[in-house]
Amino acid sequence: MALDENGKRTFNIIGTRPPRPDGIDKVTGRAMYGADATAPGMLTGHILRSPHAHAKIKSIDTSAAEALSGVKAVITSADFGVPEDDYTRDVQDNCMAREKVLYDGHAVAAVAAINAGVAKQALKLIKVEYEILPHVTDVDAAMKPDAPIVLAGYAMDGLPKGMSENVTHHFEFGHGDMDAGFAKADKIVERSFTTAATHQGYIEPHACLATMGGDGKGELWVCTQGHYHVRGVCADILGMDASQLRVTASEIGGGFGGKTTVFIEPVALALARKSGRPVKLVMNREEVFRASGPTVSSSTDVKIGMTKDGRITAAHATLRYQGGAFPSGTVQFGAQSAFAAYDLDAVQTIGWNVMTNRPKEAAYRAPGAPMAIYAVESVVDELCQELGLDPLDVRLKNAARKGTKSAYGPTFDDIGLEATLEAAKAHPHYAAPLGPNQGRGLSCGFWFNFGGNTCVTMNLNFDGTVGITEGNPDIGGSRASISMMAAEELGISYDKVRTIVADTNSLGHNDITDGSRVTFAVGLATIKAAREAIKVMCARAAKIWDIDADAVYWEDGFAKPSGPNAGAFEPMSIEEIAASSPNTGGPIAGHHEVNADGAGVSFGVHLVDLEVDPETGATTVLRYTVFQDAGKAVHPDYVEGQMQGGAVQGIGWALNEEYIYGQDGRLQNPGLLDYRIPVASDLPDIDTVILEIPNPGHPYGVRGVGETPIVPPLAAISNAVSRSIGLRMSALPMSPPKILKALKSKG
Amino acid sequence: MVKVAIWGSLRRATDGKAEVEVEAGNFKQLLDQLVVQYPGLKPQIKRGVSLALDGKIYRDNWFVKINEDSEVVLMPYMVGG
Repeated sequence: MALDENGKRTFNIIGTRPPRPDGIDKVTGRAMYGADATAPGMLTGHILRSPHAHAKIKSIDTSAAEALSGVKAVITSADFGVPEDDYTRDVQDNCMAREKVLYDGHAVAAVAAINAGVAKQALKLIKVEYEILPHVTDVDAAMKPDAPIVLAGYAMDGLPKGMSENVTHHFEFGHGDMDAGFAKADKIVERSFTTAATHQGYIEPHACLATMGGDGKGELWVCTQGHYHVRGVCADILGMDASQLRVTASEIGGGFGGKTTVFIEPVALALARKSGRPVKLVMNREEVFRASGPTVSSSTDVKIGMTKDGRITAAHATLRYQGGAFPSGTVQFGAQSAFAAYDLDAVQTIGWNVMTNRPKEAAYRAPGAPMAIYAVESVVDELCQELGLDPLDVRLKNAARKGTKSAYGPTFDDIGLEATLEAAKAHPHYAAPLGPNQGRGLSCGFWFNFGGNTCVTMNLNFDGTVGITEGNPDIGGSRASISMMAAEELGISYDKVRTIVADTNSLGHNDITDGSRVTFAVGLATIKAAREAIKVMCARAAKIWDIDADAVYWEDGFAKPSGPNAGAFEPMSIEEIAASSPNTGGPIAGHHEVNADGAGVSFGVHLVDLEVDPETGATTVLRYTVFQDAGKAVHPDYVEGQMQGGAVQGIGWALNEEYIYGQDGRLQNPGLLDYRIPVASDLPDIDTVILEIPNPGHPYGVRGVGETPIVPPLAAISNAVSRSIGLRMSALPMSPPKILKALKSKG
Repeated sequence: MVKVAIWGSLRRATDGKAEVEVEAGNFKQLLDQLVVQYPGLKPQIKRGVSLALDGKIYRDNWFVKINEDSEVVLMPYMVGG
């Protein structure tokens, strides 16, 4: 697998902007989302959730609920087994508390009833006796040796003295002589930062419809980023063979990493099994906030040394992430990516992951990277201010490039950071004048990307049109990009191809739609499947012409004899080959199965102008430009959409979004009125500049683009605010009261 | 022999060595040999590791070929959002 292995460098369809295949369905309401499915005899499921942040469950009495007319099943953790492996047990315990509730909103029981009214009434009849335990929700507090223990038995191996058992993971990366590096510095800045936990903010709440027959066969319709993963986890929890649980992914109203795990699906299946009826379970928005998976909150110390001319001599960061009530390793990605944009002789990052009495974190675009890079890029910006240096020139001077030994270990191959920085420097935005109370900020961003397990089938229909069957829910336009890659390879028009997302029993395993992997890995498999089909089509034409198959080649949707020696045959179209396929050997298809590697890392640079109102502390984003290396932009609209969407989510993270916990450990703002996500009227047009430095690991040079755009905005916004108000901000979100407080402290 | 770079927090299991040498021609042999020579690495390898080979990251591919002059870096198992 490699760029241009077939010598293809020019494109007819790749890089164009055809209409999205799901557009009409979505705007007319015809698209089927998680909550849209129904089944005969369907029941409504509802979940009883803990009002306490941390408590022992002394007893649960469900008898009154079970006796209520219209209630068909009530379940608790007693209706599940205890899985042997840690991972499955933790997932199950997060879906239904066993022995202890670990956070406000943790599920303790569930009901299936004939309607929502009965189900809600039944929840009120369930009596849970709790013994309230001390709780901890702050990452730094949770690390202290006297902190309440969230879950015993999960402490990391070799836990250092003076740390709580809540510390589950420790990571260190880096190279070089730190002392010597800092000794060379003319200026050293050392500063601490915090970021709040934020939610992915997907529009569609978690929803599913489960059936479970008396024969042990199950069906699940679910809103998810990875239905094969859902099948595996649910089958393990329910004690089923994977083959007996068919999972179909619905249309998805946003995921951003938050739908890469299960919360309600095993519960719905258990209710269906117990009741013998289909059960639909849909979270409301409050449940989404209290009981799905936000990102980590963080506390980070950064120390960077720089020479007067802007060369970084040494860089150090210590990161502390809380990932909620179960172990998580997200800090490893923060520790690896913190300094990835820089070419450094001396660098070290140390990461600690900590449990708290909060919902277990889930992935959120580039998990772990935005908060680490926020802290690092803030200190780089401060050094530029202190030394009177241009922040873009300093990034360019220190930029990682081909041959750089990365801060996390490997040596970089072709990467696009330098080109991205040069594009930002040359853009009119960077030279535009600023007004009073306005500031300009910039930041680099990085994400790894990966490929993963992927299966694709290409079926040629008898009329010469093409069906692509793939197994990844379309969260960012993949049906369009995959159809485009198939059409490009086959040399036919885009509208002759339709791509569908198969259920788990119709296609081999596909990894979750995450890691910015789908356009890269599924696209790669699609190209290979099409090439396999092309071989078959050439062989069929050769049969008809009665020549050797090697004497036929494929071009622009036609099989053609390869030269005069092959014979003087008129090119044979894909339609002709398809129509004659019953006579030449039967249906024609191409398949490709791969665990794709070579995704290629991704860099971006964000540039923002904003204005801070000194009277109110409110920030208005005035201008925003995203620069990113996409390798090859298959459908530029979608690439731009990813870049704009990441910027907007990052703006919300930087300025307003946060999980706010009270002294009682309960979430204070589980709704979109109090959890402030930016809306269109808060935002300027987000300008985008796509760079195309081909990824050598993909036939068309594609790199994943979905995650990197959320990495730079936190620091870009914070740097702009800090320059605007003349004071370095070090905590997110920078909501108006916090900026006002900072301004008052400045005097 | 292949030189394998070990990330900082795993060096407890390699007697503090940032780089270890093992006899391996592919990813699987490398993991097997690391566990034999440094049993303390087994829990992390069981949890999952990736391999950066000459700058390219592999997550699962046991039979990717490793040359003696390859740059080999052990990394945590990659996930994403």
